[in-house]
Amino acid sequence: MTSPGDPAPAVDIRDVSKRFGRRWALARLSYTLPRGRSLLLTGHNGSGKTTLLRLIATALAPTAGKLWVLGHDAVARKDEVRARVALLSHASFLYEDLTAEQNLVILARLMGHEAPKDRAHALLERVGLTRRSSHPIRHFSAGMRKRLAIARLLMKAPELALLDEPFGELDPAGIAEMEAIIAELKASGTSLILATHLVDQGLRLCEERLHLVDGRRVDP
Amino acid sequence: MSPPVRQPVGFFRATAILLRKDLLLEWRTRARVNALVFFALATLLLFAFALDANRNIMQAAAGGLLWLGLLFSSVLALGESFRVENENAALDGIRLVPASGRAIFIAKALGNTLLIYALGWLLLPVMVALYDIHLTLGPGPYAIALLLGCLSITAPGVVFSAIANNARARDVLLPLLLFPLLVPALLASVKATTLVFGGDPMDQLRSWLWLVAGFDVIYWALGFLLFPRVIED
Repeated sequence: MTSPGDPAPAVDIRDVSKRFGRRWALARLSYTLPRGRSLLLTGHNGSGKTTLLRLIATALAPTAGKLWVLGHDAVARKDEVRARVALLSHASFLYEDLTAEQNLVILARLMGHEAPKDRAHALLERVGLTRRSSHPIRHFSAGMRKRLAIARLLMKAPELALLDEPFGELDPAGIAEMEAIIAELKASGTSLILATHLVDQGLRLCEERLHLVDGRRVDP
Repeated sequence: MSPPVRQPVGFFRATAILLRKDLLLEWRTRARVNALVFFALATLLLFAFALDANRNIMQAAAGGLLWLGLLFSSVLALGESFRVENENAALDGIRLVPASGRAIFIAKALGNTLLIYALGWLLLPVMVALYDIHLTLGPGPYAIALLLGCLSITAPGVVFSAIANNARARDVLLPLLLFPLLVPALLASVKATTLVFGGDPMDQLRSWLWLVAGFDVIYWALGFLLFPRVIED
């Protein structure tokens, strides 16, 4: 329970359900993540982790229940939520035929960055892709795409970062860099939700844990 | 890394950025544009053979054949413009920036209009060579008739492409949804173009152009209102 003057929770989920056709991906889920905290989301494939992250990112709308993100109603105030939340998803959200730089510059312009090219170059350097900045991402490896997707996430400087399997497709050096980026995000006060099958790694990075089985919350 | 300095992006600026992105994508994948041009040329050539080089019939049908070629090509263009958005869920990424759904609609519709409009000019010399037509009323009326007709195809085309994009049989679904809706606007466009080619002794062109413009206003207004709902869950 928050007291007056406390910031609204990062995520406040009340009896949220999501149905795809006849299948319930999430069933009456409730959970509150305080601002500035990090949550490890675990569960088998199909347990509802990705659906939950996409609901919080407002990429999906809940079938039932209420969902507040950073104090905003995630259904009625989508744009306020979207401006503050960044999602690292299985899909990279990148245009295959554009170069790494073009992908980031377009994003920077849409986000209103004052110097879009400088911002894109700084982020490409941050994820180690400066030398490949002018290459179309169609020719990128899975790991390079993941790095660019991370740069895309960092472009927003989010208040809440949603990371869906962030270590997937990364080599050991990439995993170490990803851990460093997560540590940086946490140090800057960013709230974080991390969905991964690498439970030990996740537990080292997160203070809280939510385990899902068939879209329901269960004790791990 | 220093904290980023950001300014709010207004509707028109977002539309311009997205239009530039769509045109850049077209430029980077020129093979798609080439395919579009060859498809339209092949269509016109086949019609010319089908009409057995009968000069009078070809001249009378030229307006309709031009719009058939443009319509078929536009279905290809519209499908492709959403296929690139589907890869890696790029459209979701733009949505979550957040970018206005209406800005996405206007940018996509304008981008496709420019493409089909350019194709209409490119096909003109081919029409002259194959069908022996003349711009009796000059290039100005042709430019207006072509632009209005293209606008009437692209606005509903973008909305229906976005709907069909999530369907399994999207290539079949798009023409099924789009063609019936376009019939009245296309008939008016064909009439207007035929008058531009053959002359307008009864001064009917203006009425047909106003009719197409009326459909354009309706289609674009509906697209503007409905598109954000189509791309949201």
